[in-house]
Amino acid sequence: MAKRIDANDLNVYYGKFLAVEGVNINIEPRSVTAFIGPSGCGKTTFLRTLNRMHEVLPGAHVKGKVLLDGDDIYGPGVDPVTVRSQVGMVFQRPNPFPTMSIKENVLAGFKLNGKRLSKSDADAIVEKSLRGANLWNEVKDRLDKPGSGLSGGQQQRLCIARTIAVEPSVILMDEPCSALDPISTLAVEDLINELKNEYTVVIVTHNMQQAARVSDKTAFFNIAGTGKPGKLIEYAETSTIFNNPVEQATEDYVSGRFG
Amino acid sequence: MTTVTAPSPLTAGEKGRAGDKFFSGLTFAAGGLILVVLLFVTVFLVVNAYPALIAGADELPSQTSFFEYVWPLVLGTLLAAGLALLMATPVAIGVALFISHVAPRKLAKPVGYVIDLLAAIPSVVYGAWGMLFLAPLLVPIYDWLHRYLGWIPLFNDPSATGRTILTAAIVLAVMILPIITALSREIFVQTPKLHEEAALALGATRWEMIKMSVLPFARPGVVSAIMLGLGRALGETMAVALVLSSGALTWGLLAEGNNTIPAEIAANFPEASGLRYNELIAAGLALFLITLVVNLAARWIVNRHKEFSGAN
Ligand SMILES: Nc1ncnc2c1ncn2[C@@H]1O[C@H](COP(=O)(O)OP(=O)(O)O)[C@@H](O)[C@H]1O
Ligand SMILES: [Mg+2]
Repeated sequence: MAKRIDANDLNVYYGKFLAVEGVNINIEPRSVTAFIGPSGCGKTTFLRTLNRMHEVLPGAHVKGKVLLDGDDIYGPGVDPVTVRSQVGMVFQRPNPFPTMSIKENVLAGFKLNGKRLSKSDADAIVEKSLRGANLWNEVKDRLDKPGSGLSGGQQQRLCIARTIAVEPSVILMDEPCSALDPISTLAVEDLINELKNEYTVVIVTHNMQQAARVSDKTAFFNIAGTGKPGKLIEYAETSTIFNNPVEQATEDYVSGRFG
Repeated sequence: MTTVTAPSPLTAGEKGRAGDKFFSGLTFAAGGLILVVLLFVTVFLVVNAYPALIAGADELPSQTSFFEYVWPLVLGTLLAAGLALLMATPVAIGVALFISHVAPRKLAKPVGYVIDLLAAIPSVVYGAWGMLFLAPLLVPIYDWLHRYLGWIPLFNDPSATGRTILTAAIVLAVMILPIITALSREIFVQTPKLHEEAALALGATRWEMIKMSVLPFARPGVVSAIMLGLGRALGETMAVALVLSSGALTWGLLAEGNNTIPAEIAANFPEASGLRYNELIAAGLALFLITLVVNLAARWIVNRHKEFSGAN
């Protein structure tokens, strides 16, 4: 089930350094939201707070609230492990587990829940997830081969398959195409368009055409200077952001005048 | 008249190429040197062992054939080293994981240093510690084991001094613990963040993350670390010679008896002459072969999963 995300007055820190300040955003379920902005403005940092991956780094912490369908994921007693199994993440560089086969990679998340799967159930999940990631036809004859033997684009789709196999509510993607060639990029973009039928998708991209192609809404982040915190400048329908934004900074950025 | 021919920009790499040649020559020589040393050691062992290998039982000082003489020693060596490995490996991997992935940094650093210090203690010190301190300490424990588990032949005839093969193995375990720990830790911390985060983002707990990304990544390196530890345990002389009250081969881990090849050689070499000398060298050859086989087995284990190592 796709869920909505609301961040309220979120400040994100690395130790004492305030990296992102005062973010308020409401992300609708079953939609694709793109985060754009110059590099270093905190897109990755903010994205990683949405599944509590941020705090994996020593000293990293947040102040404020992130609500998943109304429940604060930073509330007392909330286990980050549970949050992460509901909010999946695809990273900038494809990272299938190198010691696992394609099939084992897809099932990796399932194994975690300690569930015993019958072989037929496992096969069904593998096929469904790989089909969902538009990868099935390319790998169906070599499911027992290592995942690291695939091309970069295939590896990234394998990572997406691994993420959707556990049926999360939200999928976060951090520049999922930045390490891919144009053809693989198109394959992943097509996939994102399909994913929004079932999931809430949030994607960071440095590529504005990509944001325009795949997203329903776009959030523009900016930074006043090095050492200053990044801020959410404007958040609106993608067409509004690209055609008639309210803020001058957004206008400058999307028209390529800086960044 | 001198004509200065300006070097073409494409051929200007002469100096760099000389450096390249020098470097490859150097590495080649170093590699060759190792092989030559190995060859000389092997030739020395074989030549000096040969008379004992072909001698009849009546000619040898022990009045048995060489193989009858050496197999209890081989078993004793394998038993001591195997037991040591069995005890040291789980502890070493646990400690290494604790340092690399569990302990807060403030604690991990000092624990790491202490482990490194343990590796620097000479084996004579370990031997003396095992003989004078550990062995007496273990006597009541051995009695207890014998009382409750005595129906297993391994726990028969508990020694009154505690200087048994199990005590020797415990001392060996303590000696190889820092080697395996330090090397494993080095490998664990090199696990790519990318794969650790992949596991965490799927909803793995810390232990699940370790099982999913750290251990598979570290496996070949940890096998090598264990093999280095085993090599040290197999070849350790002083500690075993001091701790063990040696004797004939026995399965009783708590009983006095058993001996290892290095301890046997060390104890008898100074007075050995004639065929006895050849016999001891031949025992050394046997140890050399054991170590070789163990290392080949380790290579095989590591290579079996090469396709899945992530190196491609
Ligand atoms: N691990 C980290 N430790 C400390 N500061 C970091 C870390 N990662 C990122 N930062 C800082 O946080 C800010 C935002 O970075 P990031 O989120 O990676 O930006 P973006 O993804 O928009 O390029 C930058 O100033 C960056 O230097
Ligand atoms: Mg980034």
